[in-house]
Amino acid sequence: MTTTHKTAPTTLPRLLGGLEHADGLATLDRHVGFHGALTVAAQPGRPNDMLRESVRASGLGGRGGANFPVARKVDAVLGERRRPVVLINATEGEPPSRKDHVLLRGAPHLVIDGGVVCAAMVGAHEVIIAVEAGSQREFAALDQALAERERRHVDGRLKIILEIVPDGFVIGEERALINALNGGPGKPTYAPPRPFQKGVGGAPTLVQNAETAAQLALIARHGADWFRSLGTDAEPGSALVTLTGAVAHPGVYEIPLGALLDDLVAAAGGLSAPARAYLIGGYFGTWIDAARTSGLRLSNADLAPLGGGLGARAIVALPESACGLTETARVARYLSEQSAGQCGPCVHGLAAIAGGMELLARGDGRQLPDIERWIGLVTGRGACRHPDGSAKLVGSALTVFADEVRRHTVDRKCTGNGTPVLPIPKRAATGRTA
Amino acid sequence: MSDQLRVNWIRCDAHGLCAELFPERISLDEWGYPVIDPAPIPPQLRKHAERAVAQCPVLALVLEHTDP
Repeated sequence: MTTTHKTAPTTLPRLLGGLEHADGLATLDRHVGFHGALTVAAQPGRPNDMLRESVRASGLGGRGGANFPVARKVDAVLGERRRPVVLINATEGEPPSRKDHVLLRGAPHLVIDGGVVCAAMVGAHEVIIAVEAGSQREFAALDQALAERERRHVDGRLKIILEIVPDGFVIGEERALINALNGGPGKPTYAPPRPFQKGVGGAPTLVQNAETAAQLALIARHGADWFRSLGTDAEPGSALVTLTGAVAHPGVYEIPLGALLDDLVAAAGGLSAPARAYLIGGYFGTWIDAARTSGLRLSNADLAPLGGGLGARAIVALPESACGLTETARVARYLSEQSAGQCGPCVHGLAAIAGGMELLARGDGRQLPDIERWIGLVTGRGACRHPDGSAKLVGSALTVFADEVRRHTVDRKCTGNGTPVLPIPKRAATGRTA
Repeated sequence: MSDQLRVNWIRCDAHGLCAELFPERISLDEWGYPVIDPAPIPPQLRKHAERAVAQCPVLALVLEHTDP
């Protein structure tokens, strides 16, 4: 039997509540029946200060990966003189992440409610929700939900527009997304101006990720104290995690921030094979040796001493039967091909790193000192963080898989069984798509 | 008040003039793109920095003034 969340849920799930059934909370009646109606409405031109202060008190950080405080983005937009717009970033170009897709398909109204909450906070007239061309099921779920809301006059004068943008890894970067929506290529632009100054159509733009929007929809219903009753003081609330690789039941899970990795793995039915390492934070994340994960908590504060962070919370358990260097080489090549191709150090540096890693995976370590130098050389030298994130991943591989490096270069042995673990989109195989 | 050189990487096409005009703070990587030394620019080097900024054929070099 499904429990209802009309009263504030005291335990998990929060965002994933009501999604046990195949069609989830796709219709407005099921959504409102489960979560209750959203009682705040956007009043164009009149920012709702009380709502903003409640969101500030919640301490919600952006769930797209950067964990930037939502209230500070709202403040920045409100500091501009021109009429703001809201952009919900519903793209999920990170190959090992599925959490936004699951949320958009199962609870589209919760994400849309979050767009309304954003509009209410800044007094926007317009909310744009952007999905990738390849996200057809997510588009359909949002499209139906929006049609139903319009039929029933749920959102008053607020205009909510669904937009389709090209697929790709870089499109999720907020300036690339805005560039695409403005009719340009889906590539990052030079900053300043930043989106809060000049975004969609040149207007000050509040950009929030789809999961962040859904969290806002619940904070507007249940308040800041409720939100903070899960998670840690510094990183409050729940968060969606995509756990894949060597676990019995790969999928999207909701955890309190600061939860034990061990508990998450147990929730996924345990390991299906002994783990060598975990990739935490997706393809801009870091490898963490499985020997160091006992008692490890999933928060940025807990991961920082290991050189890591949660990012968009995609976690992959790498089985001992796989080779971490081969896996990293494949991802390094993918990330190099996904470069928008605008900035020299990213174009040349990531290609060089990928080539060096491919040699290393084949047992040729001659470029090892170069790879380490290139990692330093590309970091901080691009219009966006694509080179930084890519370099960080490779750097962590060289540290965590130091034994494998030695085995490859000295013993000339790769112990991997050749079965790929980390996903690479097929479309990307032919090269640059952005 | 201190000055910091910044590169607009989208514009930069590796012409390399900046490194010739301001070798005290700018070198080139193996692909010809500038590597900026983050050390502060003393007053006697300011003219070099300004010249490098002005001579960049694609205006990719920016001298930013930041309050410490």
